[in-house]
Amino acid sequence: MKNVEAVAAPDTAVKVSNESYWGLVIRKFRKNRLAIVSLWILAIIVLLCIFVPLISPYGMEQTDALSREQPPSAAHWLGTDKIGRDMFTRLFYGGRISLGVSLSVTGIQCFIGIILGSIAGYYGKMADTIIMRLCEIFMSFPFMIMCITIVAVFGSSVRTLIFALAILQWPNIARIVRGQILVLREQEYMEACEALGISDFRRIFRHLFPNVLAYVIVYATLGMASAILVETSLSFLGLGVAPPTPTWGNMITEAKDLLVIKNKWWYWIPPGICIFLSVMCFNILGDGLRDAIDPKMKR
Amino acid sequence: MAEALIQVQHLKKYFPIKAGVFRKTVGHVKAVDDISFSIRRGRTMGLVGESGCGKSTTGRVLLRLLEATEGTVTFDGQDVIGANKRAMNSLRTKMQIIFQDPFSSLNPRLPVSEIVGEAMIQHKLVANKAEMKDKVIEIIGKCGLFPEQANRYPHQFSGGQRQRICIARALAVNPEFVVCDEAVSALDVSIQSQIINLLKDMQDEMGLTYLFISHDLSVVKFISDDVGVMYLGQLVETGSKDQIFDNPLHPYTEALLSAAPSFDPTNRQNKKRIILEGDIPSPAKPPSGCRFHTRCPYAKDMCKEIIPESKELEPGHFVMCHKAQSKF
Repeated sequence: MKNVEAVAAPDTAVKVSNESYWGLVIRKFRKNRLAIVSLWILAIIVLLCIFVPLISPYGMEQTDALSREQPPSAAHWLGTDKIGRDMFTRLFYGGRISLGVSLSVTGIQCFIGIILGSIAGYYGKMADTIIMRLCEIFMSFPFMIMCITIVAVFGSSVRTLIFALAILQWPNIARIVRGQILVLREQEYMEACEALGISDFRRIFRHLFPNVLAYVIVYATLGMASAILVETSLSFLGLGVAPPTPTWGNMITEAKDLLVIKNKWWYWIPPGICIFLSVMCFNILGDGLRDAIDPKMKR
Repeated sequence: MAEALIQVQHLKKYFPIKAGVFRKTVGHVKAVDDISFSIRRGRTMGLVGESGCGKSTTGRVLLRLLEATEGTVTFDGQDVIGANKRAMNSLRTKMQIIFQDPFSSLNPRLPVSEIVGEAMIQHKLVANKAEMKDKVIEIIGKCGLFPEQANRYPHQFSGGQRQRICIARALAVNPEFVVCDEAVSALDVSIQSQIINLLKDMQDEMGLTYLFISHDLSVVKFISDDVGVMYLGQLVETGSKDQIFDNPLHPYTEALLSAAPSFDPTNRQNKKRIILEGDIPSPAKPPSGCRFHTRCPYAKDMCKEIIPESKELEPGHFVMCHKAQSKF
């Protein structure tokens, strides 16, 4: 069996041999069609957000008194609102805020969570006790009420929102990282590392980190999705980003009125679709990445 | 007679038992309690005993994967237990370990070339990555793997092949002493023999010294030169392979040997099976006197009170038993 393999394999083996770990991950990720489609959709949304000033001839807050509450047309692709602002322009300026907020929130919470979680897991004992009790304290705050309080105290702005969400959500990721490191620390290969005299640096970054990374990436993409939703709901409640700065959340707020929902679909369907698509795509992307990063998953 | 490469004296490893809110130490599990032995260069010492008797702990304390509570270990005259960080780092290349479970002992996210080669880079045994790769291919070749398998990941191998990778990893740093901690127990019998033969070949080639920890007597009999029998953290009998297997003096060794199946059917009838009563006592509360007296078929009153000393009854054959020392 082994000999057959040895004779038949060389050609393919040489090709595989030049492939790095991340090369392998990318190759596996590419085979997941759904994830690729999600990635494309997200890329399109992000590109539209970035290049909206070039695509749209209107400014974000430019009003046009003559064409108010217009349905979609050639001049205004997604219509206009009640003071005549172009909805298409506002939708993607809003996307900048919505996506930007979730990206920063996820980034900050991963940063805090990974560092504190790693310390708790790797060094244990006192550090573990202190950090984990801190996590429990943060997790015992009622989420929405705490958000509302923070926003009420510091005033509603993009920065406050990012701060409030990140500070309330880092314990989740710290717990995941700590749990993973506790499991990994007991693996015999970590003991083998010690027997081989491998440095702490290599042990953490070559052995522990890649194993934790899979979970962090999955959590981060799922976290992106939930951050979008939370930002949306807070803005909808008027506690997130205050108008006239648009976000997907407060654009939907403008369609609170039943008459608007019935008659002016272009007020709420486009931001709704954007929220739905980005949340779903981030979820699918997270799943796809997890499968690609896990070496035990075949293809 | 060759010099002793590994010398262990009065080695103890106690694990604290913690309880309550303040994690107060309420007692100790005496996993290894005062054992002494030595292994000569180029020889294999088998360490046998039932589960939980402290075999693996002994192996780990020797390599300082666990810190000893008391006692000394010297490697080639050099103190291991008291070695500072730098001295220990250079000792790491000389003493290695092969683990029982070939699945958890390989990092699933690293290719074989890195698993085997990283210690070479760490200890600057190779100048660069290209040289590392050549060396890795050479060493895995010796261990029965193909060069193109160097770039594969652990999950692409079978249990036996994984154990070969573990052996290659341990031998990559040119060690002199290797602890095989149940190295073949997780493998099926046909693969066991392959791996044991590989270990023997590598011993001949590299002049290795082994501490072979196992509960499988037939494996130990095959590979060892000397054998130590452990019971409840103590080394109750040590001697050459022939002394232990042909002339066991400690009642525990007798019982252990009688439990191993015989391959000779004519022998089977007249073989006397000694069945031990009860379970192994808790190492947190070991029995007084001789630790084996609760299960020993020959136990007398003195066994309950006086701790037997380890005495050399034949040249090189140490026994820790009042009866064997003919005190009654």
